[in-house]
Amino acid sequence: MSNIPDGLHYSKDHEWLRVEGETGTVGITDHAQNSLGDVVYVELPKVGDSFGGHESFGSVESVKAVSELFLPVGGEVVEVNESLQDEPEKVNTDPYGEGWMVRVRIADASQIDGLLSAKEYEDFVQTDAE
Amino acid sequence: MLGALGLDSAAGLFDSIPEDVRLARPLDTPPALSEIELLERFEQMAARNSAARRPSFLGAGAYSHYAPTIVDSLIQRSEFFTAYTPYQPEISQGTLQAIFEFQTLVCQLTGMDVANASMYDGSTAMAEAVLMAERVTRRRRVLVSGAVHPEYLKVAETYVAHAGVELQRLGFDEETGRTEVGEGAALDKTVAAVVVQSPNFFGSIEDLKGLAERAHAVGALLVAVVTEGASFGLLRSPGACGADVVVAEGQSFGVPLSFGGPYVGLFATREQYARQLPGRLAGVAYDKEGRRGFVLTLATREQHIRREKATSNICTNEGLIALAATIYLTTMGRRGLQEVAAQCAQKAAYARRRIAALEGFSLPHSAPVFNEFVVRAPAAAEGLLRRLAAERNVTGGLPLSRYFPGRPNDFLVCVTETNKRADIDALVEGLKNSLESGG
Amino acid sequence: MVLKATPHITQNEALSFERSQTGRRGYRLPALDVDETPADELLPAELRRDDDLEGVPELSEPDVVRHFTRISTWNYNIDLGMYPLGSCTMKYNSRLNEKVARIPGFANLHPLAAEEDAQGALEVMHELQEHLAEITGLPGVSLQPAAGAHGELTGVMMIRAFLDARDGAGEGDQPKRDVMLIPDSAHGTNPASAHLSGFKVKTIRSTDEGLTDLSHLRELCASGDVAGLMLTNPNTTGVFERNIVEICRIIHDAGGLVYMDGANMNALVGVARPGDMGVDVIHLNLHKTFSTPHGGGGPGSGPCCCTAELDPFLPVPRVVKVGGEGAGARFALDSDRPQSVGRVKAFYGNFGMHLRALSYILTHGNDGLREATEAAVLNARFIAHGLADTFDKPFGPPPMHEVLFTDKRQSRKGVHTLDIAKRLIDYGFHPMTIYFPLIVQGAMLIEPTESVGRSELQQFVEAMKEIAREALEDPETVLNAPHTTRIGRLDEAAAARRPVLRWRPAEKSASA
Repeated sequence: MSNIPDGLHYSKDHEWLRVEGETGTVGITDHAQNSLGDVVYVELPKVGDSFGGHESFGSVESVKAVSELFLPVGGEVVEVNESLQDEPEKVNTDPYGEGWMVRVRIADASQIDGLLSAKEYEDFVQTDAE
Repeated sequence: MLGALGLDSAAGLFDSIPEDVRLARPLDTPPALSEIELLERFEQMAARNSAARRPSFLGAGAYSHYAPTIVDSLIQRSEFFTAYTPYQPEISQGTLQAIFEFQTLVCQLTGMDVANASMYDGSTAMAEAVLMAERVTRRRRVLVSGAVHPEYLKVAETYVAHAGVELQRLGFDEETGRTEVGEGAALDKTVAAVVVQSPNFFGSIEDLKGLAERAHAVGALLVAVVTEGASFGLLRSPGACGADVVVAEGQSFGVPLSFGGPYVGLFATREQYARQLPGRLAGVAYDKEGRRGFVLTLATREQHIRREKATSNICTNEGLIALAATIYLTTMGRRGLQEVAAQCAQKAAYARRRIAALEGFSLPHSAPVFNEFVVRAPAAAEGLLRRLAAERNVTGGLPLSRYFPGRPNDFLVCVTETNKRADIDALVEGLKNSLESGG
Repeated sequence: MVLKATPHITQNEALSFERSQTGRRGYRLPALDVDETPADELLPAELRRDDDLEGVPELSEPDVVRHFTRISTWNYNIDLGMYPLGSCTMKYNSRLNEKVARIPGFANLHPLAAEEDAQGALEVMHELQEHLAEITGLPGVSLQPAAGAHGELTGVMMIRAFLDARDGAGEGDQPKRDVMLIPDSAHGTNPASAHLSGFKVKTIRSTDEGLTDLSHLRELCASGDVAGLMLTNPNTTGVFERNIVEICRIIHDAGGLVYMDGANMNALVGVARPGDMGVDVIHLNLHKTFSTPHGGGGPGSGPCCCTAELDPFLPVPRVVKVGGEGAGARFALDSDRPQSVGRVKAFYGNFGMHLRALSYILTHGNDGLREATEAAVLNARFIAHGLADTFDKPFGPPPMHEVLFTDKRQSRKGVHTLDIAKRLIDYGFHPMTIYFPLIVQGAMLIEPTESVGRSELQQFVEAMKEIAREALEDPETVLNAPHTTRIGRLDEAAAARRPVLRWRPAEKSASA
């Protein structure tokens, strides 16, 4: 049973968003890191890059697979977790904490409404598994 | 066995193939030959290849070098040549360790940080380097020296035809034989890479350092191409000159001429571009007991995972040839590579001196060379060389008219450690006499 | 139960660089026989190497032989036993072929020798072209591509060139028809090759029989932008696409062309021809179907065969016959093909592999080629029959030269395809292809080839059955396999996180 903390917003692409005023922090969920297996590399954008909601902003690699990362809401990248270059395993060990990926200045707050709550994401993962 | 499967005859195996598509007659290919008959047939065909039996001064992308006997005997070990891609590392450590050693040797010779497990040959390695430059810089234009091997240029043009890259040819200085990057080249921030061969097709050694500086000044990469691997034994490495990507042909490292293939492409780059490398990579790994082994790694760059977003579509490369090159480099070793290179350069210098002294002949390009150089004859080179072959039983060189119709009197001569002094003297005498006999 | 494998004494062996001793030499060249020019006159100092080739090893000849012999003993290989990698066709590599390739008249021939001095080589290539044309039913042949993926790229470029010529060029890099259809079961090189030619890829679904879904195909073709289809037949589930004629017709009616990935030709040689099915262009893998050695990852050779319509687009130069017959026949290289896609490689392709493939074709003879195909399919069926009750076989139609199973039954107990593969090593076999094709979970693709006899097939079946039993009764043994190799499962995640891709002097301490 994967960990799905309250207080975060979730997307159907298995990313989470923690809203902090005008900015939001983004990473992948526990379910996602578990499906991927050992993360070996994370390809992240540069500070200043902008993306729309559900647009690909990078990718995460395990030994045998690559998955694209999709931004839950559109925005401009203001911070990137550089420590993932040397320690990509943080995505596995602490996906909601030290495994965070980017921080964005949210362009359109109304897009947050389109995301899932913890309970909704939990249900989504259940049905997806079937 | 057919009985065990409930079938009456072998034909039943193919029931799932619609009848109208099944071949209703035997193949129209020859009946089986015994070993004796087969060898006789091939010996007959081989006998028609007169060029293989006489001394040769041909280079231009394929070189005659001495290969130590153990290279061929070791690559014929079943364990090396009947194995395949090391998908299961526990039972492929021989192949994987050899690849790791190959990658290391390529880095040492080229002066780079990381190298792959091989490409098909130097020409396709160069084409892939062009594509890599576009991926790394996100720029469309690539400037390629017109003094790169003409067949390599053609391959690059084919590869980039629909790949979002614009190739522009750079001219070369007729006097020195070196690449020129003039104003018209527009070496600016729209350029992904400058691609230069050194020694180039005419044998001239390029100013890689100067070209690297000019490329870097606009944020472009320098891609260095080397066709004569023996030159690594004497010339400053492209890496030390500032190249960002080095591609080369490894055929000089104990690989037979074999009418053009199989050869082996070397591909090396800087640490920071490792994830943009095409091809396979072997890396160090440890098991639970802490024992060191090797595995194919960074596979997520490759076609079987990234599919259409892969760094290349390459799968099978030139494994056994890379192994032959590895054994060659290990056997010749540090001193052997230096000695081979020194002999090539010395014998070439001797040949140049003697040919330049012949009346009517000249050396049109003034830049320093390694072991290849252009000779200008007072008459058409193709006819001259044909007569030389018929009368003196020596292949004197390559008529440049094969690729440059505007240079009918020029030919390219290559001298290696396998050319004896007597052969060089015979070449010189032959050139001298062919004029006297009426040219 | 007699196991094929027993623990075997192998020796440890460090890297050549770690074995190196200053001053050792493994070679001797004749002394320089020309007057020596001083170094500075030969080349200015700034062009000369100044690192003394530091780090390049120095070993004696016995050192080198011992080094490579030792590490070679760590490799499984075809000469040891069955190597059932699906779609790789690991058949016997004839030593006669090796002898042919080493005949000095071939081995010492420079590619730029004058044509009149290389007639034997051109004759070999021409004859091979003719036989491959007959085998595929496609008359246009180029031997230039150096591997399957290379031949594939060539074939797709030819389709692009043909369509540009027929329909007019598109805008910029985009072709007018920009969609290449590829089945979801396809090998990864297929979409990678399509992309390099400027095509977009659309995936076609497979039916629950593992075959191309015709209605989905028709649906995709209806949009009018389809340039072609890349198909493998038999497909990567080992099954023959019985609707192949209809599939080709649908694509042709939609204005596109059919490319066939010839990786699975070992099921068709002498039995059915892609040209007769409606295929427009195919690549062959000489290192699979035609027994040229796999070499630990090459060299390969990927000739391209095509219809007369596509012939003008084949790479140049072409090898053509210009006159005479029999011993007096004359051959030439012809580059006068204005519509050619150009060159895909310097020189003419992997000639050494052309020699070996021709030798294979002549050794077997036309009867023998068909017999090899029959034996290959028979052997795969035998395995399919033997394991039908033990492993999940996802698709119904009879397998051709390879059979697909999954780990569905075993995975319920926590044992997966990877574990089964590793345990198979302990039984003395190289594992089958795993996790391919991607359309099923836990795929195991088994291709025995014709080079295996009944008793070894039987041993394989028994080994697999035993492993299935172990998966239920003693799963730890399977999960921790292999147990008999000199090295256990390697930590590939750590290797990918902090890749070490070359030896450096400081790393001498990282010993085995």
